[in-house]
Amino acid sequence: MDKSQNAGRAGYYLYMIPGMLGFILVVLVPLIANFAISFTTWKGGNIAPRYVGIENYQRLLADTVFWSSIQHTVLFIISMTIVPILLGLVLAAVLFDYISAQFSETWSSFFRAGFYLPQILPLTAAGVLWAWILNPVGIINAVLKGIGLDFLAKNWLGDASFALWAVSAVIVWVQVGYCLVVFMSGLARVDPSLYEAAELDNASWFGRFRYITIPMLMPEIFVVALTTLIAALKVFAPIYVLTSGGPDNATTVPSYLSYYHFFTTNRVGYAAAIATLQTVMTIVLGIAFLRMQSKQEGGR
Amino acid sequence: MTTTASLSTEVVSDMHVHHGQKKGFARWIVLAILLVFLAATLFPFLLAALNAIKTPADYAANGPLALPHSFDLTALQNFWTTVDFTRKLFNSILISGCTAILAVVLSLLNAYAIGIGRVRGGKALLVVLLISIMAPQEALVYPLYYMAKQIGLFDSMLAVILIFGVLHTAFGTYLLSSVLTTFPREIIEAALIDNASRWQILWKVIVPVLRPTLAVLATFFFIWTWNEFLIPLVFLVSNNNQTVSVAMGVLSGANTQDPTAIAAASLLGVTPTVIFFLIFQRTLTRGVAVGAVK
Repeated sequence: MDKSQNAGRAGYYLYMIPGMLGFILVVLVPLIANFAISFTTWKGGNIAPRYVGIENYQRLLADTVFWSSIQHTVLFIISMTIVPILLGLVLAAVLFDYISAQFSETWSSFFRAGFYLPQILPLTAAGVLWAWILNPVGIINAVLKGIGLDFLAKNWLGDASFALWAVSAVIVWVQVGYCLVVFMSGLARVDPSLYEAAELDNASWFGRFRYITIPMLMPEIFVVALTTLIAALKVFAPIYVLTSGGPDNATTVPSYLSYYHFFTTNRVGYAAAIATLQTVMTIVLGIAFLRMQSKQEGGR
Repeated sequence: MTTTASLSTEVVSDMHVHHGQKKGFARWIVLAILLVFLAATLFPFLLAALNAIKTPADYAANGPLALPHSFDLTALQNFWTTVDFTRKLFNSILISGCTAILAVVLSLLNAYAIGIGRVRGGKALLVVLLISIMAPQEALVYPLYYMAKQIGLFDSMLAVILIFGVLHTAFGTYLLSSVLTTFPREIIEAALIDNASRWQILWKVIVPVLRPTLAVLATFFFIWTWNEFLIPLVFLVSNNNQTVSVAMGVLSGANTQDPTAIAAASLLGVTPTVIFFLIFQRTLTRGVAVGAVK
């Protein structure tokens, strides 16, 4: 019986052939190829790549543009992960345990949908919209001049000391909705009697937030942190559209840097080394996070 | 958590009884603060719409914040015709639609083997598939670009469809496997007794039950693909093959032009997704949560 069951099971492998073939061709082979390319100098095309060992990596570690791109990534982790999670938590809690209770479910769904909208736009379209708003003759400056704060008007995307903050603000705008939606669905499984009991005990809103909402949402916070961290390491389209990494590399990120070397300077080996480091960073972070998550779940 | 589980939590939240008493003005203040936040979030859309319909002279005279004194569709028409927006829309719909179908079918086949077939190593394969989600696209793009050039698929929408079809399959396999592991075995055993083949069971028993989940998944894949930028940017170099997202990205160098033209461009760039959002709002907000929790 065991045998026939095993033979029966084996038949199911046939169903995985298309998916696995696709995975091998589109993910596995390119990933390995990229790793191999990172040990060569290659102009691309038909000229054969030349093996140079770890030369690209050595050069990369001495490349100040690369290091500043890493610093910018750290900042984008703040604007893509930390700030949206904090804002999302507060908004979700207010919508869930205040607005829907004091007003109605419809109001809270309405807010949720509104805050979520920026999240589903093509980042390039959002970028064009914001580039237009942040333009030297754009809306922000027009408003500042209109209310007599002329001295605050800036070339937001063209000035190296402001570009990074301007891009970060746009990223926060995009990301809050994602956190909000996930947290609200998490709150739906919280037993309302918990809040009622806390209210009877005269717990303040902040007390309920701190001792009920946040602990209950830990699984969601973990997942959102992981997915947004991965996204922060990959951030590309907003940079491409808003600043192209400039001015003077003030907003460049590893993704943009590798794209630039792959397709503009044709330093394919060097670009592959950047992409490889980025992959390693992502996977290490991902694994560390999943470990932490399973530890936390095991502890409960 | 599966889609069905999330549906039931949604019902719970709908029934979620009003706790606490309605008290005083505080609640109106909270509501007002939220409305201000929301207005700030949605303001860029409004601004784009307001300015897209102004004449350049009106814009120059009254600035970006004034209500339009003129109603002029030239900027919208100009952008539409110069970038051939009809073509871009068609390309985006074609690529996103085909990708969604391909990714759903591949995910379903994988998940059938893992969730129903319980094939050996199925769990391990799920972990391996995570690479598709984690690996930055930059680490795949050059080899894919080179391969596509070798086999004549460069500057072809088919290449983009195949790539995203496969990349999105990882998420779909993940989600559908967990749904299918909890699929009632009795139904499948009954079908087997009726001499149904595996292929028939998949399409005549499982797919009809799974249809709502598959629709959510397809909606997601559609919108993800619509918004993708790096790979379409690299692969779809000719103007005729570009998507809406790429067309908007390529526009970025042009931000010194006439401001009403840029407003028109951004308005048209965001409109298709806003329409899509208005239609599928519930599916999208529910689906994102399903994806996150699983």
